[in-house]
Amino acid sequence: MAEDAIFRIAGLGKSFGRNEVLRGISLELRAGEVTVLMGANGAGKSTLVKIMSGIHRADSGSMALGASPFAPLTPAEAMRAGVVTVHQNIDDGVVGTLDVATNLVLDRLNGAGRGTFFNPRRVRREAREVASRMGLAIDLSTDVTELPLADRQMVAIARAMAHEPKVMILDEPTSSLSSNEAERLFALIERLRARGVAILYISHRMSDIRRVADRIISLRDGRISGLFEEKPLDYEGAVNAMLGQSLGASGVASQSATRAIFAASGLQLAEGARPFSLELGAGEVVAVTGLVGVGKTRLAETLFGIQAPLVGEMHLDGSPYAPATPTEAIRRGVFLVAKDRAKTGIVPDFNIYENMSLPFLPRFSHFGMARRRAERAAARRQIADLKVVCRSERDDLATLSGGNQQKVTVARWLSQSSRMLILDEPFQGVDIAARHDIAAKLRESAAKRATLLFLTELDEALETADRILVMSEHTIVGEHLNRDVDMDRLLAEVAGKGLQGAA
Amino acid sequence: MDSNLAEKPTAEMHETTPARPRLPLRNLIIRYGFLTLLAGLIVFFSLATRGFASPQAAVFILQSVSITGILALGVTATLVVGGFDLSIGSIATSAMMAAAYVMVILEQNAFVAVVACLAIGAFVGLINGLIICYMRVPDLLATLGMMFLLIGLQRIPTEGRSIAAGMTMPDGSTAEGTFSTAFLALGRHRFDFFIENLVPAAVVVLIVLAVLIWFFLEYTRFGRMMYAVGSNARAAEFAGAPVKAYKIWAYVISGVFASIGGILLAARLGRGDIASGNNLLLDAVAAALIGFAVLGAAKPNAFGTAIGALFVGVLLQGLTMMNVPYYTQDFVKGAVLVVALVFTFALLGRNGR
Repeated sequence: MAEDAIFRIAGLGKSFGRNEVLRGISLELRAGEVTVLMGANGAGKSTLVKIMSGIHRADSGSMALGASPFAPLTPAEAMRAGVVTVHQNIDDGVVGTLDVATNLVLDRLNGAGRGTFFNPRRVRREAREVASRMGLAIDLSTDVTELPLADRQMVAIARAMAHEPKVMILDEPTSSLSSNEAERLFALIERLRARGVAILYISHRMSDIRRVADRIISLRDGRISGLFEEKPLDYEGAVNAMLGQSLGASGVASQSATRAIFAASGLQLAEGARPFSLELGAGEVVAVTGLVGVGKTRLAETLFGIQAPLVGEMHLDGSPYAPATPTEAIRRGVFLVAKDRAKTGIVPDFNIYENMSLPFLPRFSHFGMARRRAERAAARRQIADLKVVCRSERDDLATLSGGNQQKVTVARWLSQSSRMLILDEPFQGVDIAARHDIAAKLRESAAKRATLLFLTELDEALETADRILVMSEHTIVGEHLNRDVDMDRLLAEVAGKGLQGAA
Repeated sequence: MDSNLAEKPTAEMHETTPARPRLPLRNLIIRYGFLTLLAGLIVFFSLATRGFASPQAAVFILQSVSITGILALGVTATLVVGGFDLSIGSIATSAMMAAAYVMVILEQNAFVAVVACLAIGAFVGLINGLIICYMRVPDLLATLGMMFLLIGLQRIPTEGRSIAAGMTMPDGSTAEGTFSTAFLALGRHRFDFFIENLVPAAVVVLIVLAVLIWFFLEYTRFGRMMYAVGSNARAAEFAGAPVKAYKIWAYVISGVFASIGGILLAARLGRGDIASGNNLLLDAVAAALIGFAVLGAAKPNAFGTAIGALFVGVLLQGLTMMNVPYYTQDFVKGAVLVVALVFTFALLGRNGR
């Protein structure tokens, strides 16, 4: 393999307002090598990719492609210079209503010097060239909408490859592919590698990383926190570097469950995933941790009746529990503080008390009429309890900061007693002070219910939970009591070791 | 509708209450601008024309907007759940034709005619809702299709003819039925209100329905949930709301209100006129959209819709009394709508439909 770096980044910095996203990134990409870039949410991966592909410009630092400096002002310029990006969302890369041939030469149709008229024969001919060079075995006349996701991505990659790029950036290319489809992508990556393309591969999936990585770079808080290139690669070290070494004992006084509230057995979340069992007791706070895309949200939504498990049984308070809708889950006392509050939590046109009472309006109503006074009193109690910073319970949600909005969404579900409270990434986009307030309130009120948290960040789990479960590849691979956590084992499980050991 | 709105403050680093010191004047304009404009218009017309400031003129304005107002209140319900109903105009004319058909050709009484119309409205609304929620047809397209379908359907039973008492049937015979007096009273009876024979029944119906839908949307939990569905359907679903059911109900409400409008139209005309009701849809939608600007609501609301309808009525009546020619009416309505929409979306910084 070539040892010469073909792409160099030195001291790259980028801020958005006061928010410093990249704090001096320096790295090299080499021809014929796959460099994996790992980083948690907000570590700065996508900003880095956007700078490399000409969408954003760096505030400081420099990039060089080969011997010449590289500072693209537009994505087209980056592409012409030889740096192409295949973005995460597959359908951003192809036009569904056109056929494969047109998609393969789509960018050329915009090129200067093309005639005004569309020449289907020429398009076909050029497309055939592109396809044969990449070994793409797809009927060129099919519409892209009829192709499976993997093929669509192949089309996008093949088109990108037609530019004979020197550097190819793949941003989470497998995030919506099945394992079979991913295998085809990996075969393609092998071919690209053999042709001397330098590949920057961004992913969370440990199985992908083990499959393709020649070297791994870990990114944390806008800095490179680890570079691993000695074979065999130190995957646990890379995960550790990505999640931070500051992990250690927490201040949590671990509680044991008093009695079981919820039990699941033989639960299978996805095709091919190993079934698992789960038991939650009253009074304990359990955190499920794992990388992005390992099925945490899937599990949360399964427990809340948004998705059905493929196989498996669930019991709540001793009786069978198989909610078909959130309405049913709520009626049984299972509440979910869903991930991504802007999409699934907040009603932007509503004020604080209207947002808080939303799921419980029947309880706040008298013959169908909402009793605002009761709603407002309940909201005021929650505001005081969770220290929500606002002028009054009639403030619009949009006027609150992110942390306070999150407090309101959590308070909504704390305002009524539940059997099981599920929180999916409750600390996302929340500052430390708000996080402590929320966590303290959760622990304080946990006595009579089961509390289940889904957290990607390990230190959040160590900070709040009595018991930590580790998820990988849509199943639970490890369990730790938060007293004396074996950090090495925990990290290995996050990195997918537990699965291989047990399988 | 708008998830960015809720995300925006996330960028703020500190946990402070953003007590934005907005200009009080700007706030006042946003809240009371439209109502002030309406009051100004009324004062202006009262001074500029003779007879504008009289109970009779006021009642005339209310009567002129009663049918479009009722339709607008119905479409407000669909706007609240984030939908739209383009079929209200044709539901109204279908109901009008149905009322005439039931009485003139089937020779039934007023009660049967009214029930038949309401049933048609509810049924069409239900079908609209089902197509939108379960067949996933976008609301505008589904109700546009339904509009076409109804415009055609209402002509089939009479082979394209208008229905009037004593009309000649396609087979050459003469229709025996007539519009019952009870039914016609819906369009023509006037109640005494300080002055004898002042308030027409249609105006009473308008006021009752406006109060009903206003109360329903603002004060019942069902209305609140409908607003939640319209503002963020997924959040409403995650809060346990049967989102589809609320949407379907909104279309049923819209259909029923439109059919009430159709009943009043039939009662006013005394015949099933194939050519009437062309402007109903646009006028009603305009009133509901103008309503966004009232009290700075920036969202569909029953009070705003009623004021919107009234605003258009006052303006047209005033201009007519000032001898502005009739053919400028649509232009005036359109201009008011555009100004109201700019007011709503630019000044309030909301985006949505």
